[in-house]
Amino acid sequence: MAETKAPAARPLSPHLQIYRPMLTMMMSIVHRITGFGLYVGTLLLAWWLLAAASGPNGYAKFEWFTGSILGRLILFGYTWALIHHMLGGIRHLIWDTGRGLGPNEREWLAAANLIGSIAITVILWAVGFLAMGGQR
Amino acid sequence: MSEAKHIRTPLARVRGYGSAHSGTGHFWRQRLTAIANIPLTIAVVIIIIMLLGRNQAAAAQILGSPLVAIIMLLFIASITVHMRIGMQVIIEDYVHDETAKLVLIMANTFFAIAVALASAYGIFKLSFGV
Repeated sequence: MAETKAPAARPLSPHLQIYRPMLTMMMSIVHRITGFGLYVGTLLLAWWLLAAASGPNGYAKFEWFTGSILGRLILFGYTWALIHHMLGGIRHLIWDTGRGLGPNEREWLAAANLIGSIAITVILWAVGFLAMGGQR
Repeated sequence: MSEAKHIRTPLARVRGYGSAHSGTGHFWRQRLTAIANIPLTIAVVIIIIMLLGRNQAAAAQILGSPLVAIIMLLFIASITVHMRIGMQVIIEDYVHDETAKLVLIMANTFFAIAVALASAYGIFKLSFGV
């Protein structure tokens, strides 16, 4: 058999570290991270529904967690991840039609995604606090 | 005819569905559930805001009412299908060991189904008062 030569040191395809960070690139990464977070967070959704179905004691445990500082931080982050991933998804659906891929459009969409997700999250929590204050 | 150049029949070529052996099924289902997720998420956010500050009895009554329960079930079905496909893409991108990849893809499916059925069980229990 012919002796196999050591493979030539060919250049590898460039990966993340070679590129200058750009907004669209960061938003792509954040889209994946928020998706991952939402995945894990569905455990909270299941806990919530099972707690409501289990009765007052189970629901009190859930409310104790969501009312704690850690719980509220997680829920705030979860709200933002949800809205951000949803707006990012809408952006992807627009791209799927072939629109919005131009240099200015994609920058504008990325900025709108980020600003929109923060604004909507803050508004939702403001509405939530008003709802809690009004109906307790 | 161009088919004459291929020895394999058109059916045989289609059967493999390309390198992933599943064609564009995941691509399409990811978009389908993405579109469904938008109105369902908006509805669920409204439901959650409605439930804020209410006690368990009130929350249980609202969550078990037909319209809210059906929205919650549709939401759960759509998001768990969507998240399973999304996580599989993440696993396939970063896990290159074949055994670990298969184990994680299976675990991913188990997780998605477990979350879906546990959540659905909660809704059904609230709806039917089992």
